[in-house]
Amino acid sequence: MHTVVLTKGVPDFREGQVSFDENGHLERGKTPTVMNPNDQFALEAALQTRVRHGGHVTLMSMGPPGYKDVLREGMASVYADDLYLISDREMAAADTWATSITLSAAIEKLGTPDLVFAGFKTADGETGHTGPQTCWCLDMPIITHVVSLDVDEEAGTLRAKRLVEGDIEEIETVEASFPAFVVADPEFVPSYRSASHRLTLKDLRAETRERAENFEDHLTIWDHADINVDPDYIGLDGSPTIVSSVDPIPKAPAEREATMVSPTSREEMTEVLEAMQPLAAGATGTAEATGDD
Amino acid sequence: MSDTGQEHYEAVVVGAGPGGAAAAATLANYGVETLVLERGVEAGSKNVSGGLIYAEESAPYTIDDLFPGFREEAAERPITEYFLHNVAGRDVKTFDLTDLHEHDTEWSDAVLRRKMDSWLAERVHEKTRETGGGLLSGVRVNGLLRENGRIVGVTCDELDPITADIVVAADGVNSELARDAGLMNWEHPEQWFQGVKAVVDVPGDVITERFGIGEGEGVAHLFSGDLFQDVRGGGFLYTNQESLSIGTVFHLDSLVAEQAEPHELLDGLLTHPLLAEWLGDDYTEIEYSAKLVPDSKKVALREPHKDRLVVVGDAAGQMQAQGPIIKGMNHAVSAGALAAEAFAEAKSRNSPETAGELYAQKLRAEGVMQKLRPRGYDAVSAVGERGAVANLTDSLLTSSVGRIGVRLLGGQLERLYNTPALSMMVPDTRTPYVTLPTVIAEELGTPVTDENTVEPPSLEERIGDLTYDTDIGNPHIKLRDNSFEASGAAVTACPVSAVNFGGGCYREETMQTNGHEERVVSLDTQPCVECGTCAIVADTEWNHPRGGKGVEFTQG
Ligand SMILES: Cc1cc2nc3c(=O)[nH]c(=O)nc-3n(C[C@H](O)[C@H](O)[C@H](O)COP(=O)(O)OP(=O)(O)OC[C@H]3O[C@@H](n4cnc5c(N)ncnc54)[C@H](O)[C@@H]3O)c2cc1C
Ligand code: SF4
Repeated sequence: MHTVVLTKGVPDFREGQVSFDENGHLERGKTPTVMNPNDQFALEAALQTRVRHGGHVTLMSMGPPGYKDVLREGMASVYADDLYLISDREMAAADTWATSITLSAAIEKLGTPDLVFAGFKTADGETGHTGPQTCWCLDMPIITHVVSLDVDEEAGTLRAKRLVEGDIEEIETVEASFPAFVVADPEFVPSYRSASHRLTLKDLRAETRERAENFEDHLTIWDHADINVDPDYIGLDGSPTIVSSVDPIPKAPAEREATMVSPTSREEMTEVLEAMQPLAAGATGTAEATGDD
Repeated sequence: MSDTGQEHYEAVVVGAGPGGAAAAATLANYGVETLVLERGVEAGSKNVSGGLIYAEESAPYTIDDLFPGFREEAAERPITEYFLHNVAGRDVKTFDLTDLHEHDTEWSDAVLRRKMDSWLAERVHEKTRETGGGLLSGVRVNGLLRENGRIVGVTCDELDPITADIVVAADGVNSELARDAGLMNWEHPEQWFQGVKAVVDVPGDVITERFGIGEGEGVAHLFSGDLFQDVRGGGFLYTNQESLSIGTVFHLDSLVAEQAEPHELLDGLLTHPLLAEWLGDDYTEIEYSAKLVPDSKKVALREPHKDRLVVVGDAAGQMQAQGPIIKGMNHAVSAGALAAEAFAEAKSRNSPETAGELYAQKLRAEGVMQKLRPRGYDAVSAVGERGAVANLTDSLLTSSVGRIGVRLLGGQLERLYNTPALSMMVPDTRTPYVTLPTVIAEELGTPVTDENTVEPPSLEERIGDLTYDTDIGNPHIKLRDNSFEASGAAVTACPVSAVNFGGGCYREETMQTNGHEERVVSLDTQPCVECGTCAIVADTEWNHPRGGKGVEFTQG
């Protein structure tokens, strides 16, 4: 089985990492780039097929040269057999459309894999376009919001459980034949119910740690010529999207007044209850009012 | 795969403590395809011992035979001196029991279980992987797999059922497998000890200075007498490389009878003037932990096997209390390796189903069973533990006649304490645990003048310092009967619960029913350290948490 996982570098939005200027604009230069957190689930899904059916997992990204650290991170934190970075000045400032053209060309250059995985939305753009568009270019069936996956290698099919409309309450099971495109949901849980699978997983993880240290040995960097695409269709030139303006999210209403309490005795707790009394009275008042409607 | 489509291994070993590690390594040495399943996130994360691991001269296997480099890489300090302190108030009479400690001892090292077991597990995984198996942590075996009523494998929370030609239950005290097989029941508190321990941060150079030992040396101090109220048992202090292990081991029935709070008994030891010079002024506790220990004299299984199941180590009750010396890990190693050897032999004779019987034979032939359940003990206990006789010796000892006797014996007492045969036969009465040491200290001891300034952390702080991965909404222990009569003993005996403490596992509550008040207990398993006490002293449905869930010890 050959699987390709698509990933993207995003600003590390975790507290302490991310940095904004006084206008509330992200300072990319001061904010480290990390693997898009949702792509981890795509990698987990690919790893599951690798463990259960063998083969190999390719992790691929399009972006500036610095994105090789994003690939290293994916290799170290989950798994990858080899890494591909599609990087070229011509590709700069691509929108999701130009990105999809680029990625699909790179995937085809690899030879059509059995499965392509993508994560659900990136943490920066939040468009959720790139996966489905790439899939469209590749002309594969797509299954989105996948939470669990079973592959029948002999039949060349996969059976996936997916959230209907992204709702955890409603799950449907769908089948598709290879090659197929799978978008893993953040609710995706890999399943290893046999000891031999878990032992294989342990072997792979143990190797991977070492491999990630020498990740450059497993890294291939391609430019537009390598993947045979016309510069007019990629990068800024190939991007039909025009961002007309960006509105800052309004600030939260003025901070509310808060008193910190940590009651340790009955007396202190009573004080807290007393302080809450007026609020509680208000709440019941409303409840009654609605009840009267 | 077996005929039924289930996953199959020649051998499945449940538990990666010393027993499981020894069994798995030996099986692998014989080329047996071996799968090891351990419920902790990492081997050792669930385990607690005092602990001194012994390599006995007479033992069929020792841990360093099976795992070269063990002493250098997995152990703490070798124990070169061994003292017993008889305590009565401030009076202390110290016996040098190094002779007893060295009897039949090739070497003995202090260990911390997280470090030791995870080190062993790495080697076990490497060895067993070569056989086509390997070691998996975070997997809890929840029962035995049966076919036509016979044991053929295991069932797990995390994996589909697995069949095996031999299942080695090395799952420690409160073995769910031994229970499932009907080999052990958890009903009698007098068959168990409860061990509680604090690991205290002390730099290595301070240890050598305060204990007057060299860099590669270590020391053991044991404590008995009146410093534990009237509870039968004793205390220990062992030197690690960069910490001290200080703890207590008590008969569970005595803890329950005295309604003693285990953490307070530990604090009684930590704050005794005798410990002042070793603990100094800045006391930093790294970890509080607890675990039950079986009393092999009473529960070591004479036939620790059934169908394809063999039971080794604590799971089979193979934990020997030899006077103050506690020997569990070494016997688990011997038993694990003997069970493996038995399977390999049985298999080579094309009758793997005889492995269990062969294992039991080997335990007897190698003298392990005699150490665990000395033949003489039944005779001593028959007389020694009966109430009237016990009280007689107790009051005789405290009478002026007895006291004169103790004074006359004087130095010879130390020699008597150093007699291995006697120390194996100590009856479970107050006399040897409380009365005799107290009288010895009163008659022969000298007062300690140091002031102990240690303020041990509260139970709440101790729980707060532990790491838990709580299995929310899926408590591993359920109260079957919440009446105080049935389960109230746990309120005090649980090492992380206490009377009037709301942050523990067990709480006493009053419930209004039909106009009268009823005493009941409630249970919250979140702070549970999985010691096993309430499996015995309360009416519970008791299981270990799912793989990787629950408490995670960093020291052990
Ligand atoms: C306070 C205290 C002091 C002690 N002092 C000493 C001492 O000084 N010297 C000494 O020799 N002994 C001492 N002991 C006893 C010693 O710790 C035990 O006898 C020894 O650990 C037994 O080894 P074992 O391999 O049988 O079981 P354990 O070491 O308990 O190992 C059992 C393993 O099985 C795993 N397990 C349990 N259930 C399952 C399941 N269902 N599925 C998967 N895995 C499971 C556990 O996580 C654990 O890793 C002491 C014990 C205590 C509590
Ligand atoms: S709840 Fe039971 S098993 Fe858990 S710590 Fe308390 S007594 Fe031990």
